[in-house]
Amino acid sequence: MAYSEKVIDHYQHPKNVGTLDKSKNNVGTGLVGAPECGDVMRLQIEVDEATGVIRDAKFKTFGCGSAIASSSLATEWLKGKSVDEAVKIDNMTIVEELNLPPVKIHCSVLAEDAIKAAINDYRKKNGLEELQFDESPIH
Amino acid sequence: MNMLKLPIYLDHNATTPCDPRVVEAMVPYFTNAFGNAASRNHPFGWQAEEAVDYAREQVAKLIGADPKEIIFTSGATEGDNLAIKGVYEMYASKGNHIITCNIEHKAVLDTCRHLEKEGAEITYLDVKPNGLIDLAELEAAIKPTTILIAIMYANNEIGTVMPMREISAIARKHGVLVFSDGVQAVGKIPVDVNKDGIDLMAFTAHKMYGPKGVGVLYVRRKNPRVKVTAQIDGGGHERGMRSGTLNVPGIVGFGKACEICLQEMESDAKRISLLRDKLENALLKVEESYLNGDKESRLPHVTNISFKYVEGEGLMMGFNKNIALSSGSACTSASLEPSYVLKALGLGDDLAHSSLRFGLGRFTTEEQIDYTIEHVTNTVNKLREMSPLWEMFKDGIDLNTIEWAHH
Repeated sequence: MAYSEKVIDHYQHPKNVGTLDKSKNNVGTGLVGAPECGDVMRLQIEVDEATGVIRDAKFKTFGCGSAIASSSLATEWLKGKSVDEAVKIDNMTIVEELNLPPVKIHCSVLAEDAIKAAINDYRKKNGLEELQFDESPIH
Repeated sequence: MNMLKLPIYLDHNATTPCDPRVVEAMVPYFTNAFGNAASRNHPFGWQAEEAVDYAREQVAKLIGADPKEIIFTSGATEGDNLAIKGVYEMYASKGNHIITCNIEHKAVLDTCRHLEKEGAEITYLDVKPNGLIDLAELEAAIKPTTILIAIMYANNEIGTVMPMREISAIARKHGVLVFSDGVQAVGKIPVDVNKDGIDLMAFTAHKMYGPKGVGVLYVRRKNPRVKVTAQIDGGGHERGMRSGTLNVPGIVGFGKACEICLQEMESDAKRISLLRDKLENALLKVEESYLNGDKESRLPHVTNISFKYVEGEGLMMGFNKNIALSSGSACTSASLEPSYVLKALGLGDDLAHSSLRFGLGRFTTEEQIDYTIEHVTNTVNKLREMSPLWEMFKDGIDLNTIEWAHH
C-alpha cells in the first residue's frame, strides 16, 4: 500500500512531538487506543486561560505511519483554535486532508477521540462538565 | 568492495529472485522447445517430456526422492491442498483425524478448516514459546482414527525448524502418514525424505531462486506406498494425481534451481548465516528488543525481532523505500490482526505488533546488512522518541496497570 505524500511528510517531519506538563491546570491530556490494538495516541493541549485559545499542542503516538500523521496533523489544527472550535474537528476532514485509505480510517477516528479526550481532561480540571460524545460507529 | 545497491531485499521468505542461471535454462522452453510434454507423437512433445524428466530428476535428487515420486503442481498452496485433501479422501475408510499445529501456513490451516466442515476431526497442536511442537503432546494426540500428521518443516515467519525425524518416528510407530510443508526448508537446509521419514511434502520453486507458478508435491511410493485423491480432474497427468498441461519452462527452471541449491546450499547457508548473525546481534543490542523463535533449531537466513514500544508498520515506513522486509504487525495485513504465529508463541499483541522479519538470501551482501543495521536502529530510536509507551516505560510506569480503551 502506498502512502500519500502528506502522510509521508508528517511521518518524516512530525509536527509538535513532545510532552506538556500534565500537572498544570491549563493542560489537557488525552490518551486513547491500546498497545494490543497496535496504536496508542497521547495528545495534549495547553489552553490560554484568558482567551480560551489553544496555545500549544503536543503528541506522542505508537502506531503506523497513518496514525502518526493523523496525530501530527491534529496538533497543527488545534493550535490557535478555541477549545469550542477544536471540539468540532471531525475525523473525516483528517481522512480527506491525508488521503487515508479505508483501512486507515480508524487512525483518524483515534485522533478525533484523542482531541475530545484532551478537551474533556482540560474541562474536568477546570471544574467544567465533561462533554458527552456519541460512540463512533467505526470502532 | 561492492557498491551498495538500493533497495535492499530482505524478504526472501516471501519470494526469491530467479537465479540468472535458472532463467537461462528456461528461456528455450518458451520459444523453440515449446512442446506439450503430453504430446507423445512428435519431436516437440518428446523434447518437452525429456526436459521435464530431467527436471524431475534434479528435483528428486535435492530431497533424496525417486523421480517417480515427484508430482508437479502450480505451487505449494496447491501441494498443501492436494496432500491434505487427497489423503483425507483416499484414506477415508481408515479414519478422519488429522493432526497439525497452530503455526502452519494458512494454506494448511485453511485446508484443515475446510475439511472440518466436511466431517474431518482436526487437532491443532499448540507450539512451545520457542515455536516448536511438544513431541509428547503429538503422540498423545494420535488416535486409532488418525490418518495424517501435517507439520511444517520450517516456519515462514520465525524460521524455526521442526524436529521432523522425531515427528516421523512417532508417526511410524502408530502407522500414521506424515505430510510436511517444506516450502521454507527445501533448498535452504538439507532435507531428505527418507532420512526424515516424510511421506508427502509440498514445496515451491519461487522460494529457492526458481520461477513463480510451479511447485512439487512429493508422494512416497515405497514403505508405504502413498496415494492421494486428485483434486483437479482432467487428462490424468502426473500419475493421475494432478491433471493439467505441465508448465514446462517453469519445471525446467525449478529443476535448475534445485540443482544449484544442491551444489551451493552448504556454502550459501554458511555465508548467509554469518550475515544473519551479524544483523541479529547488532539489532538485539537495541534496548528492549527480543528475538522471536528458537535460536538453535532454525533456518540459516531468517531472524524475527520485536522492538518493544514501536509499531511494526510505522517502523517499516522509516526505511521501506530502501529496505524491503515484513512485519507481524496487524497494519500490514488486511485483517488488522497481528501475526497468529507470534501470538501462538505466547507473545502479547503488543510485541507481535512490534516485530520485523528479516529474510536474507543468496545475493545479500555485507554492505546491505551494515546499511540495514544502521537504518533500522535509527528508525527504532526515532520512533521511540515519539512513542508514548516508550516514555511511560522510561518513567517506570507499568503499562499493564493502565486501563486502555480497547476499540
